[in-house]
Amino acid sequence: MKFNKTILTLLVITALVGCSSDDETDPLAAGTLNGPGGVNTDASTSGLNGAGGIDGSGLNGSGVMNGAGGMNGSGNSKYPNAAIGPEFSDPRNPLSKSIIYFSLDSSEIQADFVPIVAAHAQYLAAHPSQRVTLEGHGDERGSREYNIALGEQRGKTVAGKLTLQGTSDSQLDNVSYGEEKPAAFGSDESAWEQNRRVELVYQGR
Amino acid sequence: MDVNFFKKIVMVVALGSYSVFCHAELTIEINEGTVVDGIPVAVVPFASQGAPVDIGAIINADLARSGYFRMMPRGSMPSQPSSASQVQFPQWQGLGQNYMAVGQINGNGGQYNVQFQLLDVSKGGAMMGYQMASSADDLRRTAHHIADLIFEKLTGKKGVFNGRIAYVTSDRKGKESQHKLQVSDTDGFNPQTIASSTQPLMSPSWSPDKKKVAYVSFEKHNAAIYVQTLATGERTRVAEFPGINGAPAWSPDGSKLALTLSKDGSPDIYTLDVSSRVLRRITKSFSIDTEPVWSPDGNNIVFTSDRGGKPQLYITSSQGGGEEQRITFSGDYNARASFSPDGQNIAMVHGNGGDYRIAVLDVNSKGINVLTNGPSDESPSFAPNGSMILYASKKGQTGFLSAVTLDGKMQQRMVFNSGEVREPAWAP
Repeated sequence: MKFNKTILTLLVITALVGCSSDDETDPLAAGTLNGPGGVNTDASTSGLNGAGGIDGSGLNGSGVMNGAGGMNGSGNSKYPNAAIGPEFSDPRNPLSKSIIYFSLDSSEIQADFVPIVAAHAQYLAAHPSQRVTLEGHGDERGSREYNIALGEQRGKTVAGKLTLQGTSDSQLDNVSYGEEKPAAFGSDESAWEQNRRVELVYQGR
Repeated sequence: MDVNFFKKIVMVVALGSYSVFCHAELTIEINEGTVVDGIPVAVVPFASQGAPVDIGAIINADLARSGYFRMMPRGSMPSQPSSASQVQFPQWQGLGQNYMAVGQINGNGGQYNVQFQLLDVSKGGAMMGYQMASSADDLRRTAHHIADLIFEKLTGKKGVFNGRIAYVTSDRKGKESQHKLQVSDTDGFNPQTIASSTQPLMSPSWSPDKKKVAYVSFEKHNAAIYVQTLATGERTRVAEFPGINGAPAWSPDGSKLALTLSKDGSPDIYTLDVSSRVLRRITKSFSIDTEPVWSPDGNNIVFTSDRGGKPQLYITSSQGGGEEQRITFSGDYNARASFSPDGQNIAMVHGNGGDYRIAVLDVNSKGINVLTNGPSDESPSFAPNGSMILYASKKGQTGFLSAVTLDGKMQQRMVFNSGEVREPAWAP
């Protein structure tokens, strides 16, 4: 044969990992990241570059963390804070509204929502042991980490209004999910405006 | 960019014998750009007796999406030789081919022997020949490896196909979502889940040695940054401050993470020494500063800030305390930078009037080249040879990954049939 043959022996890697068949329901404890043990690989290369990625880094099996407990999994989807008190499920009471919506790229509280924030501030001032998590969210447009920052800004605006009206800082927690937990799925203005929001999640609800 | 001159080829690749893929199915679409200047190459189907993988097709797809080549369709091939000695070169010269790859796969069951030759059609001889052993499970990677060898021989640049990518998937079931951080081959095959949670997972970043991935997890209903070793699945929580813990990015020497924290007020950029855990604040603005990335020499950090009203990219010293200079001036939204490995280009999300595309900023000239069509493209990540950019895109409610060449001529889309796929990160 006239061609110039180079022999490259690649010891073969078997980076094969079985998929856990039940990974949707697998209730592994949070934090355990060693799932079904992956086949560890023993790879070596000789001859020309075994580089380029045929390396033996065995990716081990999938790890499953579950989201221990649900802060979102409230039973009453219309009045998520209903368990706190009857006023939270009375449609005539502003406390029944627990979501503050925002306009595009804005963390200003719009006039419509001022009385709602005020009602929550009043309630929290009167119930100093009640804690609330302010979950900030954004719509899907733009970059994800920037949207995390925007969501936090919205949460902090609401927190600022609440504390101005008597809520104590120690009653408030802030978490921003950015665009990661949309309330509405869709790529149009009606979905986006439902997603630019801060949810007041009462502890113990 | 003129979409009309794109020729669209759709290949549906069912994963067949790859039962390891958990019933996932992957669709790969190549929007083939104008190829008048591509090098004509024919990858002849490899001769095989029932090998489980069509190695020639994988090599062909890799070379096609690189944007460097004009691939000869199988249907146009006058014959299917499997070694140089079987090739009637005048036949292929007459068809305008510059190069061709021929090969064969021998073996059965677990172990295969793969031989291939790269042939110079005009000279009528072999330029390169290899023989490789491969298990059945590893034949895809062997094919990517061959594609890399051919790519490097013909372009002088390192191939990137036999690498890995990380990305996040999200599946919705009623009100519950399942989020997964996965690592796969660069064409989306061989996906493996490295973390999974009902709460969001975000922002995977490869360590320079490719052994670890840093990412954000909300598994405890707050944001925390973890560093996970791929080989063992072990992981360490490296940041869980009040507020935002986001956007981790490894320093080029692997010793630090740049990240976004809001523990001191508005989101700012910090660096964290991974072993000593020493934290250093890099920016101190009252506005949003986030999405830090290191310049390849490690001297600078580019980040997104809205200090001027809208998000734009800024650069500052990775030591902190330096000037913070704005580097993007075109478009009303520039965010989520990714440095090319040579430091000459920065890919970013470029927004105009609510339309978000991937653009590349030439660091020296400050010129911007918009590569994609939008309207919701995000998370650009450079291939390790700088020739392609991987990014996430959306059409309706389907989120998928796409790759585009640096000149924007060639685009390839990987649609995973289940759920949304996003935030790709090409391993360095």
